[in-house]
Formats: sequence, structure tokens, C-alpha cells
Amino acid sequence: MALFDALLELADDHLVLGHRVSEWCGHAPMLEEDLAMPNMALDVIGTARSLYDYAGKVEGAGRDEDDLAYLRGEREYRNLLLVERPNEDFAHTMLRQLYFAAFMHPYWTAALTSQDETIQGIAGKAVKEMAYHIRHAGEWVVRLGDGTEESARRMADAVQSLSIYVGELFEEGAAEGVDVLPSRAAIRDEWLATVKRVFDEAGLTFEDSKFPQTGGRSGVHGEGLGHMLAEMQSVHRAHPGATW
Amino acid sequence: MSGEVPLWEVFIRPRNGLAHKHVGSLHATDEVMALQAARDVYTRRGEGNSIWVVASNAITASDPDQAGENFEPGEKIYRHPTFYEIPDEVGHM
Amino acid sequence: MYSQGLIGADGRSEETPEFLAAFQARVDAETKIEPNDDMPEGYRRTLVRQIGQHAHSEIVGMLPEGNWITRAPSLRRKAALLAKVQDEGGHGLYLYSAAETLGVSRKQMTEELLDGRAKYSSIFNYPTLSWADIGIIGWLVDGAAIMNQIPLCRCSYGPYARAMIRVCKEESFHQRQGYEIVMKLAQGTPEQKAMVQDALNRWWWPSIMMFGPHDADSQHSDQSMAWKIKRFTNDELRQKFIDATVPQAEYLDLTLPDPDLKWNEEKGGYDHGPIDWDEFWRVVKGFGPMAKDRVKARKKAWDDGEWVREAALAHAEKRKARAQAAPMAAE
Repeated sequence: MALFDALLELADDHLVLGHRVSEWCGHAPMLEEDLAMPNMALDVIGTARSLYDYAGKVEGAGRDEDDLAYLRGEREYRNLLLVERPNEDFAHTMLRQLYFAAFMHPYWTAALTSQDETIQGIAGKAVKEMAYHIRHAGEWVVRLGDGTEESARRMADAVQSLSIYVGELFEEGAAEGVDVLPSRAAIRDEWLATVKRVFDEAGLTFEDSKFPQTGGRSGVHGEGLGHMLAEMQSVHRAHPGATW
Repeated sequence: MSGEVPLWEVFIRPRNGLAHKHVGSLHATDEVMALQAARDVYTRRGEGNSIWVVASNAITASDPDQAGENFEPGEKIYRHPTFYEIPDEVGHM
Repeated sequence: MYSQGLIGADGRSEETPEFLAAFQARVDAETKIEPNDDMPEGYRRTLVRQIGQHAHSEIVGMLPEGNWITRAPSLRRKAALLAKVQDEGGHGLYLYSAAETLGVSRKQMTEELLDGRAKYSSIFNYPTLSWADIGIIGWLVDGAAIMNQIPLCRCSYGPYARAMIRVCKEESFHQRQGYEIVMKLAQGTPEQKAMVQDALNRWWWPSIMMFGPHDADSQHSDQSMAWKIKRFTNDELRQKFIDATVPQAEYLDLTLPDPDLKWNEEKGGYDHGPIDWDEFWRVVKGFGPMAKDRVKARKKAWDDGEWVREAALAHAEKRKARAQAAPMAAE
């Protein structure tokens, strides 16, 4: 069951982040970004669907992607605290995306050589998407960090408020000992290098938090996730057994 | 009030072997963002494998009022192969 | 997605009769008009207004459907809806670009939308109240829009026609995804059936009204038809839409909320009951149930985004300055 749990953690990360990014749709700072953000949301929601689907098969209890996404409550969700953080403003949203993609890109790259063919397949698609997310979110972090006084202040606020959620990225969680998935701890250096490269250009400094917040992997979340799930699952749960 | 975000023209090459073709325009503050926006706006359905973006104000266009003097005298019939009479016996030429 | 006859355009023109006749001859010969060509001021104004309204409709149209992205009842539906709403944004973008070739900037058009000077399709001033609304909008509202948009692909103004070709190509999935949602609900549980019938009851008449006033009451139709901006009259398109939709509703055993709807053998089409034009004009004039909220949401996005746009512009200036300074420093 360790593989099932590990897949669920990954799937939840992608769905919750995709959901957050999708909240921007129709409300972006410029029309071009109203097209860019749904692309990013669709990428990670797509990956979540593949992961849920595979998790359901691994579990073998007949649960499909929607059962796993819509019929678990906040204590059962296993996502990172980082991805559930509210959008706040465009600076927070782009930094959250950069942090996530800077982790997932090397993660999926390592997963390309997994002994598990399904994981290999998912990684093959996701690795390209994450490379683009690093570029797109990274370019925005540079512009906001370097732009105006206000944007630099907002960017620095985002760095400040999201830094405590970085440490959790590198925790092995349920994947501890699952040999078809890459080690998360091993990714720290590459993550840091990617973020530093962007931050240098943006005039930002990254400081690792001495007291990282964790708990997502054991279902101890911020208060926002419950609201997100209540909204996300409302129609599905109001009609048990219905098909859509 | 913020200034005007510049306009860019977007050209896409559908596949290798074809020329880049104008597909539309978009707004972006610089060339890097213009290229990314072009990717996100104009290639959502596999429309191509290469993108050019050109600042719209960098394009010099001919004047439609000069269309007559520009393009109509260009029609010289002796530039076309059918102007010349070659006997059928010679074969395809 | 957009439809609705043009509201309030002034196609009058003061050019000489010779100029207007020559222009009309070009249009009649199906020669496309391109951005820098001479054109009657009325033609330009009509197009700016129509393309602008069309673009605004796409952008405002993102809101009622966007309202359900976060609640879509399955992951498949969530992805499809997100992709669809994103497409609407894309269509707005193509259309703003087409209007910009006529010498009006996107920023100007956006400001006109936000201060209430510019109109958009009033269908989007109705609220989306259940998941079924998403299906019905795709089926009926996009369906009506497609009826209207296909002839626009042959519009006399080149950039508008080209934008519409792209829009129509992309739009074909919208109506199908809508009908599929409706079909699942109509074949689902009794609650789902009730939900979809309720949505149909609310959206049917507003969809019919999307084609605009009856031809007899449509002031701007004649000039737009002559200039080949418009290819069919409001009533012609409305009839085509109803004739196409009735069998689709029957197939799903859904009832269209018009007791007078019946087949007319003689004209080979359906007759429909009277349209509530008071309701139509009330909504057009900005008193639709969601009108204030829609513009407010757009204004909030625009205002909240200002610091982002300014930052990107400031960064672009710095980049330029650095690029210019670099070779000098090297000398």
C-alpha cells in the first residue's frame, strides 16, 4: 500500500495546485495571462488524473479518479501545504508555481528511469510541462522582483510567507522505501540552484526557514483546504452515485 | 494609470518544411513574454513547432494608396512561360 | 461565444457618393477590405463597435462559466470546462487584435467596457445557478453563437473574418461538450433531470433573444448587410437555430418552455411564441440580474492587475537600458 499512498500524495499535490491556479481563470492581470494560467492548471490537473487513475488500480478496490478526488475529506488529503496556500496575489501565485515546478522537474526527470512503466509514462509528459512552468513562473518572478517598488515589495512578501512551506517538499512521506519513485530529499540542491538562478535575476534572496511547516502528508492542513474541498466536492457529494 | 503594453505580431511554422505564417497578434511587455504568450495563445492545439514574434511597430508596410503604381505595372506578359511559342514536338519545356 | 444584433452602432457616413459607390463595388465583388485600405468612416465605426462588443462578450462570458470551474463534478468535466473558458479568453484576444487593426487599442476598448460605455452580449448578465447551466450554456448559448459566427467567417473585413475562422474552428468542441453534459443529466437521476430542465427553462428565451430584435425593428441591419459585415438577418438566424435545436431537445426528452412552439409544414420550420422584448431591452440596457457584478468583476481584475502590468513594463524599460549600456561598457 506504500505505493498507493505515495501516488495519492503526488496526485493531491497536483490537483490542489491545479484547483488554486484555476481560480484565476477570468481574473488575471492581463488577457494573455488568462490563457497562460489555465494552461498551467490543465497541465497539473492532467497529471493528477493520471496519478489518481493509477493509484486506484494499484489499490484494486475499484475506486476511480473521481472517487479519490471527490470523496475524501481534508484529513484524508495528503498534499503539501505549499500547494494549498491561497492565491493572495499574482506574486504569491507565480512564486508558488516556481517552487513547485522547480521541485517537480528534477523529480520527474529522475522518474523517467523508474522501473514502473506507468510512472515513466506520466513522468515523460510532466517533465516537459514542468520545464515550461519554471520558465513562465520564473520570468514573472524576475519581472515582479525587478519591476517597481510595489512589485518588489509584494514579491519579497511572497518569498517571506511561502518560505516556511519549502522544507516539506523534501520529505519522503509515504514514498519512503518505494523504489519506483525518486527520492525527494536528493532534489534539494537542484531545487535551490533553480530558485537561486531566478532570484539572482529578480534581486531576491532565498533564506531557508529555520522552522518549516509540515503536516500535509499526515492530513494536517491549513484552514483553507477544507473550504477548497467543500467547494470542489459540493456538486459531486450532493448526488451520491450519479454520473456526470 | 499604466502605459500601453506593446503589440506584437505572431508567426507560426506549422511544421518543418513550411514557412512561418502570420496568425495574429498579442500584447506583451517584452520579447520573452511575447514569445511565451504566443505559445500559450496560439499553439494550444498543436498548431506549430516554431514561433516568431515581431514588435508590430517594427513592421514597415506598403501604402494601399500606392497599390496601383506598385503592383499593377508588374504584370508583364513576357515574364510568363505561356508567352513563348514552342512546337509540341519539342516536348515538355 | 457571442451573438446578438448590434446595439447602437451608427453606420452613417459623409463620404462622396462616388467614393461610397466604389467602396460598395469592391464589397459586392467580394474583395476583402484590409486594415489600411480606404473605407467609409461609418464602416470603420460599425466594425470597431461590433468587433469590440464581440470581444467584450467573450471576456465577460468567461465569468458565468468560470463560476463553476471550481465545482465541476468530475475531473474530466473540470478539465474540459477550464479549457473552454480559456478558449473564450483566446477568442476575446483574437477579436481585440482584429479591432486594433482599425486604430483602436485594447486598452481603450477595455476602459470603455469598464466604464459602461461599451456593450457586450446581454446573455451573460444572467446568473449560472447550477451545474446544469454549464451544459445548457454550451448547448444553447454556444449553439446560438455558432449560428451567428459561421457567416462572420465571410465578413468583408479581412482581419475580422480571419479571427472568426480561428474562433469557429475552436468553438466546435464547446457546443458538443455542452450537449454531452446535458445528455448525461437528462439520462441521470430524477434530481439531475429536474436540474437540467430547470436550467433549460431559464436559458431558452434568453438564448432566442441572442439573435437580437426582429428584422423589422433592427435599425442597423440593412447597412451592415449591404457592407457584408452581416450575411443573414436576425430572424433568419433565429429560425435556423430553433429548427436545429428542437430535435436535439426532443432526443433527450426535454421540454422547451414555449407552448406555442410547433412545426409549420408550409414554411418548413418551427413557429415560436412571442418574445418578451421588454425583458430583452431591460437586459440590453444594463438591468440584467448580473450586469453590475460582471462589470465589477472585470474592473477588479483590471485594477488588481495594474501593478503587475506596470512592473512588467518597468522591467522591460530596465532591460532595454541594460542592453544598451552593456556594449558601451565593453568599449
